[in-house]
Amino acid sequence: MAIPRFTEKPQFRNPWMEFERIRRGLDKLTKEAFGDELHYSSHASVYPPLNIFETPNSLIVRAELPGIKADQLDISLETDTLTIKGKRQIQHQESKVSFHRREIECGNFNRSIGLPIKIDPDSISAKLVNGILTITLNKAEKTQPRRIVITAG
Amino acid sequence: MTDQDLKVANKQELLHKEETTSTDKYFVPTVDIFETENEVTVVAEMPGVDNDGVDISLDADILTIKGRMDIADEDKNWKILLHEYETGHYLRRFTVAETIDQENIAATLNDGLLKIILPKSMPAQPRKIEVRSE
Repeated sequence: MAIPRFTEKPQFRNPWMEFERIRRGLDKLTKEAFGDELHYSSHASVYPPLNIFETPNSLIVRAELPGIKADQLDISLETDTLTIKGKRQIQHQESKVSFHRREIECGNFNRSIGLPIKIDPDSISAKLVNGILTITLNKAEKTQPRRIVITAG
Repeated sequence: MTDQDLKVANKQELLHKEETTSTDKYFVPTVDIFETENEVTVVAEMPGVDNDGVDISLDADILTIKGRMDIADEDKNWKILLHEYETGHYLRRFTVAETIDQENIAATLNDGLLKIILPKSMPAQPRKIEVRSE
């Protein structure tokens, strides 16, 4: 009489486990090849590329916009969507010129981005210094961390 | 000409031949270079660089443009939510073919655009030497 032992029972296998194992292996490979930086770097597909930071009280959106004047920029906020629109027009006054290199491009741009955090729409400030645009959006009151005081009773 | 949409141009990191001692990153600024009858103009994109951070030198025929990027308020403690571009200093070198009047090089910096005007030096007037017979 054969007595089935518990250990010989086929274990339940998650069919997706194998994919998960491959994904982890690939993640490890890319991490080794490119370092940790790849972790949060992403490439923009729409101009301008943005860097967004979070501080305890605000959200900071930053973009490099060399050669763009403040009046050529249009920033708007609609509920949770921030839109940066503008036009870059760099004119060289001289008429009779021969170009050796032409790498700086001119044109229109329009980028909208959904904000990950609720912000206070009345307290947005933007500044353009040396070609860097910084938009500071204060977080809405209720999303700011609130310290809870514990009273000993 | 300006009706087209701007495309994203990824910043090109400068590749050093030798290793640098600091870990600061250097990028190659994009430039426009054009020439008129009297001068050569170089326009370079250097967002984040102020007047004090610019260093231009012309040594023999090598023009070096250097910009020190400075965002004083950026804090290491800020949590990064999106990171689409890297920040760093700027460095680019050119060999200038024309003879430049080194004394009168002028540079201006506006909205992150550096404009350098290199006036061409006038070639010396050929002097006619008369040969007299004795």
